[in-house]
Amino acid sequence: MSYKENKSPEEKASGFKKNDLILALLVLAVSGIFFAGHLFTSQKNAGVVEIQIDGKVVETLDLKKERAFKINGGTNTVQIENGKVKMAAANCPDQICVHQKAISRNGESIICLPNKIVLKIVDGEEAELDAVTN
Amino acid sequence: MKKNTVRTAWFGVFTALALIFSYVETLIPFQIGIPGVKLGLANLIVVVALYKMGAKDALLLSVTRIVLSGFIFASLFSILYSLAGGLLSLAVMAVLKKRGSFSVFGVSMAGGVFHNVGQLIVAMLVVETFSVAYYVPVLLIAGVITGFIIGVVSNEMLKRLGSIVLS
Repeated sequence: MSYKENKSPEEKASGFKKNDLILALLVLAVSGIFFAGHLFTSQKNAGVVEIQIDGKVVETLDLKKERAFKINGGTNTVQIENGKVKMAAANCPDQICVHQKAISRNGESIICLPNKIVLKIVDGEEAELDAVTN
Repeated sequence: MKKNTVRTAWFGVFTALALIFSYVETLIPFQIGIPGVKLGLANLIVVVALYKMGAKDALLLSVTRIVLSGFIFASLFSILYSLAGGLLSLAVMAVLKKRGSFSVFGVSMAGGVFHNVGQLIVAMLVVETFSVAYYVPVLLIAGVITGFIIGVVSNEMLKRLGSIVLS
């Protein structure tokens, strides 16, 4: 088994074979599918947004329901759309929070410093479900 | 009789080498910021043993290595993880090698990937959740990369071991 076979034909063919490349690509494809699946499911089970004003949680809202509303006596407008939340309008001069992208993933946040408002994604009970689905 | 002695001697050398590699790996962790991802230097010896000594000896070597290094460098619990990864990885490598359609690179890459898959399965059973599944792509890609590196080194080692018969 060892000596003769290892020497002559195998020695030349010891380089990277086509099958090796196929294997590598296959694994990459599978991981791509898993990644896409994760993106998809995590968006579906979108969590909850927590609205904090001056450090206090004033509201927690499900991201599944689309809506837009004013908070903090009308200084800011929060918009929930497609499972994401963004600051649609604010009366502050810098408008940083308004320009920030809509958030949907756990731990992401939008902060409006002048008005001391924080929008933060938390997943509360959804996390448990996230683990059990499928 | 003589053949058996040679085999025993080589087995001892390989076990020692695998243990040393396990130790070296604890000294210089291949830290790239991803938990659970490491080079798996000791797998190099398992791959070489698979090619030079056959699947049976590679299996014996792998188990010996994992149990010994587990007791020396890690905890009892980590032996469970390592065994799951090591055995699944070796089984896949042995099958692929037997089929003959893959080179050392492919065999080693499959070994790296399934090493991670085995460990992830144990992790899922222990934590009793599938939420670790999001980690799959990271571990798969890491397995391909580390497996490829191990494959390159194994290939060089096998070339140099060339005509030496170990079994």
